[in-house]
Amino acid sequence: MAVTETSATEAPREFQSGVANSVLHINDVHKSFAGLHALSDVDLAVREGETHAIIGPNGAGKSTLLNVCVGRLKPDRGSVTFDGEILTGKEPHEINQLGVARVFQTPEVFPDLTVLENVMVPALSKRDGHFTLNPFKRFGAETRLRDEAEATLKSVGLQGQLTALASSMSRGDKRRLELAMGLIQHPRLLLLDEPTAGMARHDTNATIDLLKQIKEGGMTKVIIEHDMHVVFSLADRISVLAGGRIIAQGTPEEIKNNPKVKEAYLGDEEV
Amino acid sequence: MFSQSRNDWLLFIGFSIAVLCAPILMEPFGGNYPDLLQKLAIFGLFAIGFNILFGLTGYLSFGHAAFIGVGSYVSIWSFKLLTMNAIPAVLFSVIIAGVFAFLIGYVSLRRSGIYFSILTLAFAQMCYSLAYSVLTPITNGETGLQLRALRTNPDLGLLDADIRVLDQALGIQETSVPTPNFFGLQTSGYEGFYFCAVILIVGFFIAQKITNSNFGMMLKAIKSNQNRLNYTGIHARPYLLAAFVISGMYAGLAGSLMAVTDPIAGAERMQWTASGEVVLMTILGGVGTLVGPVLGAGIIKYAEQKVSSWNEGIISDFFSFLPAGLQDFTASFVSLFVGEGWHLTLGLLFMVIVIFLPGGMMEGFRRIVGLFKRPNDNDTVSNSATAQPAE
Amino acid sequence: MDEIFLQVLNGLDKGGAYALIALGLTLVFGTLGVVNFAHGTLFMLGAFCTVALNRMLTTSYQRVNPDKTDFLGNPLKEDIPYVQDWFGADFSAFVFDYNVPISILLAIVVMGLVGVIMERGLIKHFYNRPHADQILVTFGLAIVMQEIVKHYFGANPIPQNAPDIVGGAANIGAWIGLGDNVVYPVWRLVYFAFSATIIFSVFAFLQFTTFGMVVRAGMQDRETVGLLGINIERRFTIVFALAAIVAGLAGVMYTPILPPDYHWGMDFLVLSFVVVVVGGMGSLGGAVLAGFMLGILQSFASMNQVKAIFPGIDQIIIYLVAVIILLTLPRGLMGRKGVMED
Repeated sequence: MAVTETSATEAPREFQSGVANSVLHINDVHKSFAGLHALSDVDLAVREGETHAIIGPNGAGKSTLLNVCVGRLKPDRGSVTFDGEILTGKEPHEINQLGVARVFQTPEVFPDLTVLENVMVPALSKRDGHFTLNPFKRFGAETRLRDEAEATLKSVGLQGQLTALASSMSRGDKRRLELAMGLIQHPRLLLLDEPTAGMARHDTNATIDLLKQIKEGGMTKVIIEHDMHVVFSLADRISVLAGGRIIAQGTPEEIKNNPKVKEAYLGDEEV
Repeated sequence: MFSQSRNDWLLFIGFSIAVLCAPILMEPFGGNYPDLLQKLAIFGLFAIGFNILFGLTGYLSFGHAAFIGVGSYVSIWSFKLLTMNAIPAVLFSVIIAGVFAFLIGYVSLRRSGIYFSILTLAFAQMCYSLAYSVLTPITNGETGLQLRALRTNPDLGLLDADIRVLDQALGIQETSVPTPNFFGLQTSGYEGFYFCAVILIVGFFIAQKITNSNFGMMLKAIKSNQNRLNYTGIHARPYLLAAFVISGMYAGLAGSLMAVTDPIAGAERMQWTASGEVVLMTILGGVGTLVGPVLGAGIIKYAEQKVSSWNEGIISDFFSFLPAGLQDFTASFVSLFVGEGWHLTLGLLFMVIVIFLPGGMMEGFRRIVGLFKRPNDNDTVSNSATAQPAE
Repeated sequence: MDEIFLQVLNGLDKGGAYALIALGLTLVFGTLGVVNFAHGTLFMLGAFCTVALNRMLTTSYQRVNPDKTDFLGNPLKEDIPYVQDWFGADFSAFVFDYNVPISILLAIVVMGLVGVIMERGLIKHFYNRPHADQILVTFGLAIVMQEIVKHYFGANPIPQNAPDIVGGAANIGAWIGLGDNVVYPVWRLVYFAFSATIIFSVFAFLQFTTFGMVVRAGMQDRETVGLLGINIERRFTIVFALAAIVAGLAGVMYTPILPPDYHWGMDFLVLSFVVVVVGGMGSLGGAVLAGFMLGILQSFASMNQVKAIFPGIDQIIIYLVAVIILLTLPRGLMGRKGVMED
């Protein structure tokens, strides 16, 4: 069965019904850099509660797509909607306040703050909104928030380093911290940009387990990933991006058996 | 709001005692005279406020002297129009400096990095130039704004005669030009110092609360990685603007205290080199620390008074133990750096600190303490960067 | 019409000075990535090269002239410059008259040396430090240089004279048919021509030499140029020295227009930084354009007719323009994308 054809015929139907049961809608998005088409005609609907993986060879436009979602880049055409709200044109902080959190590929932590503080900042942002003037509310004094931060750090395995400066951590630990910063916000949609890149196999498995657990909590996740092991352990559905276009969409089984995908992507990767 | 950790209370109490005992502490250094002590307290306050912006958020403003000027002018006008009591003067200064800071900050904070520095600099220079030219009816131009006797001749303008409406209504008698007071207590001399000292302590307390608060943590996060903060759902600009306004209010307060202790206001206070001076105070003491800026302000103001008063004669006497030829040579070389040459010393100090000790004196202390600490104590030190008693 | 033309002329020499300083600032910023707050002081140092040369030339000894008497009837003591003794009266009269142009030679040597020492001794250690640190350390250096100059040359402005041949005023109005109302000091025209020549030479140097090509490439993309295996460090030193010389020469030639003063550095620094920001950080053309534009604007703003409508506008026009430009065009007039953005 040719998945591309089914998805092509299914796409309109899914688009109509998708409004009902999908949270993230990427709608005909175009983005080009200096004449180079990074994304063209990208349509994607992510269903509530699912884990949706976006795979594709290097330079396929995966990171660009994520950047468009969180407001780092403005698309030339098309729109992104999240739960009925149009994200395109919104500032990054507004998008986050709608419940979309992003875990960065290269760790973007607060190097001068401690690990605990790194997690408390997004926790406060989740609770207080994008601005509150609370100059006399002592940082870290609210035990409930603090406990939650410590619990989140424990779940990613950083419980021993609460007072260490983030700048002094190893790259792998920074990635786990990144993950904790995303998780503590309990976002409705979590965008993960290669969450396990640079991790040892053991840590990768721990991260997979962790992400599986959250899945039971009902959080919607979009994952960009190179590691097929991670993709096939986590994803409910997979979209394949190549040359800025979505060439296939479907369940992991369907993607595995799609010759076009093999040609475009899997051919040069170990499965 | 009074929930402080024990370390914070210790720091606060230690700071308060040190400030209140400053006349005794400065005695051995020959710094025990009210004029200098007042300056120490006022510039300490200025530096504390500046640090809330520069130290916490990393935004380098080159225009904070403008708020000093605003504070001074507003205070003098309060004396001229309302009352010689210092309280309204201080309050009005803080509020109006805050309004100015809001306006300038609102515009300047649309840019970051060096553009922000240049914008603040441009605004401060505008204020400075305007105070000298168009605003002369308010600032009295180069002469400076001064107190005058009560108006007897209705033809006199307000620059040349005061009205002091509140004092008049209260029936306070004036013989000559009065001096500012605090409910009858005069605000020059040692009384003036203690007036400033109490305000400095309150200012320190507020800065301490801000630094340790959620708000302060957001400011530190801005300095650390503003971009990431955006993706964390925090809009940095309102936080920056709040920090800018707060530090502008501190500067206005400092300017007001200058007018309270010595009732004259001139535009030279607003020049950008004055803004540069507070930057130096902050980095000399330690950027981002609580005590550092006060320490830096104290050292610079003390050294300024002392070093700039030395002349070649004093230097020559000091080196009299050397053989005659060498004495002359040393004296003439050293005289480059003292008296008129004080600014040279200041510039060198600036460079040395930035090059060798970017964390300022507080980092120096920490390094020295670190030398004597056992390695396994280290993890307890790391979290209390700002909480080291250094007085 | 005459008035307007005169104001344009007025703006040209000041604009020339701004443009020359801003050119060096931009060059240093674009290639080395350093924000140099001591650049205005280099302009001031150049000006004091003229003063120093003048001092050297007038160094004299006293000789008693038995043929003449002073007003008390004692034999007259004359100050005889060494130059006159060594090279004769004609030559000494010549060098006195051409003091300013001759200082150019001195300034090239001195400023080149100052530039190399500054870059090797201080600036190079700050390539990878934050801009705030660069600003602070060069600000400190500016104070130090300024105070040293003040110590040796005093706090008062020291007037310098242009050579007699260009010392007078030119009736430009008559030249171009505008009537006799536009009379203008010749030296200021010389200054404009001089600054135009320097600007032209710098651009030609960057455009047509291999060295210039590397520098321009470096301004586009520093990392790549480093990766090409080109010794970028030595070129940085040369670029910095070049910027110092340009600023110094601008200072030398400015002395007959405005008596040099130790705090020129700070005065011109703020203005030229505003010029750079208005022109666009990293854009050489922008720096030159903005320099002349702001110079001319400033002279227009100081016209009495303008001041009558907007009192005090002459004092703040430059800052006002800077604020407006920065808020509407974040990259300045000709700034490139990606320079100094977060």
